[in-house]
Amino acid sequence: MTVDDFLAVPDFGLGWLDASGPHADIVLSTRVRLARNLQGHRYLSRASDSDRQTVFRAVARAVDQASLPDDAVLLPLAELRRRTQRILLERRLVSDEIVGRGEPESGAGVAVCPRETLSVMINEEDHLRLQCLMSGLRLVDGWSRVDGLDEELGRHLPLAYHHDFGFLTSCPTNVGTGLRASALLHLPGLVLTKEIDRALNGIAQVGLTTRGLYGEGSKFVGNFFQVSNQTTLGQSEEDLIDHLDRIVATVILKEREARRVLMRDAGAVTEDQVWRAYGLLRYARALTYEELMNLLSGVRLGVSLKVLPSPPVYSLNRMMIFSQTAHLEDAAGCPLSSSERRAHRAEYVRRALRDESAHGTSDPGP
Amino acid sequence: MSEEGRVCDAPECSKPAVVHLTTVVDNKSTTSYLCKACAQAKGISTDPAPAVDVSDFLAQLGEAGPARSAAVAPEPCSFCDMTFDDFRESGRLGCPHCYTSFETGMRRLLKRIHGASQHAGKVYLPADPAAADLGRRLDGLRRGLQRAIDAEDFERAAVLRDLIREHETAG
Repeated sequence: MTVDDFLAVPDFGLGWLDASGPHADIVLSTRVRLARNLQGHRYLSRASDSDRQTVFRAVARAVDQASLPDDAVLLPLAELRRRTQRILLERRLVSDEIVGRGEPESGAGVAVCPRETLSVMINEEDHLRLQCLMSGLRLVDGWSRVDGLDEELGRHLPLAYHHDFGFLTSCPTNVGTGLRASALLHLPGLVLTKEIDRALNGIAQVGLTTRGLYGEGSKFVGNFFQVSNQTTLGQSEEDLIDHLDRIVATVILKEREARRVLMRDAGAVTEDQVWRAYGLLRYARALTYEELMNLLSGVRLGVSLKVLPSPPVYSLNRMMIFSQTAHLEDAAGCPLSSSERRAHRAEYVRRALRDESAHGTSDPGP
Repeated sequence: MSEEGRVCDAPECSKPAVVHLTTVVDNKSTTSYLCKACAQAKGISTDPAPAVDVSDFLAQLGEAGPARSAAVAPEPCSFCDMTFDDFRESGRLGCPHCYTSFETGMRRLLKRIHGASQHAGKVYLPADPAAADLGRRLDGLRRGLQRAIDAEDFERAAVLRDLIREHETAG
């Protein structure tokens, strides 16, 4: 596959959209990532162009030798159009660190499997960031896959490792296992029953951290909360994963309980809010992304509570990704002003919901 | 998290419970109440989660005394020339060798960030592994094998089994 045509693959790199994982009505996705660096090479902040190119070539060779699917594609980010870089960011395949703050550095890249869940970022804050992104709550599975890829790459690359400190990373907050595992949770029940602060405090007290949709520094939008391990040193990967898994399972129970309470004590109001959200999405002529995310949250809750018979969670996930700026501009084939973006977004969502009804899965209207 | 008036659930412990621990196994939720010592013995932190602002930690390290003094400041990294002051400012290290160059300061810093300064996870084996590392690596591989079997991922289990054999022979 060439660099130019990878976006023609439907849902490229978005295997997790299919909502096939456990608890996919609450857990949008599970992500497990490992930070790794090459011995004898400077980290990005002190690396020269030639250092970065050397690292890129070494990782590219190792990726080529690893048993990634045949259609895996290695993308040198600096050679891509700015909009394509942003699309990869919006699909969560690269980080804000690597493309969000101006042109990527030379040697920055990402290896992606179009339909699979694994990807490798090259020359980010660390030389390698191995990532597994899956639907639903699948932390153990995600860790197992990324661990397998790490084993393979580690056979071909001299990784920076210290007997006491473990895998060495640019930032000391990642050293040791280099593992950051997270689950992206949709928690409208806890928000509406005003239990969310207690839940977030509880999460913080057991050594986990909560962030917004796009990780560190991003704000909470659409009732999405990303829960991840805070520390990376002093515990095994299995212990870190197990701890997070148990806490997330508890949060899921609390969310389900909150949804039951909502329907029991405020069923009519909840139903009305869900239908209003659906109605606005179905007919609005202009939507900001934040507004869209909040309305989608209502519809997602409605589908989960069976107040709405459709659209399926896959379609909701897809709307969330494809109504972001770079995706809208790609579909329009030109840059869009902010008012044009709002109009294109509303049109995209109207069409998506209309298509759902045309396929017989809705219109859920009474 | 604290439960007024309750005592610790751990056997033969009557200290006041300060931790309310809910665990979920096989979709069954169980709650236990533990005192600080018993909670820590189970690996549960009773302290608020540490912040991740490395600069704050570094500033505190500096205030603690010796690291700020020019007389005992560590030499710059022999591989990338980064100084400890550069690191203090940016919160990012210059290269993997910086960990060795600033080892004493790093141990203190890592202890503050992670509550530990000893890696307990997966072991990476360079070309000439020390025997201890080999043992830890084998332990990790065996855990991975069990995980793969539990997940009925027999393809991966076979790869891991071969790796274990390879390392056992090498050891």
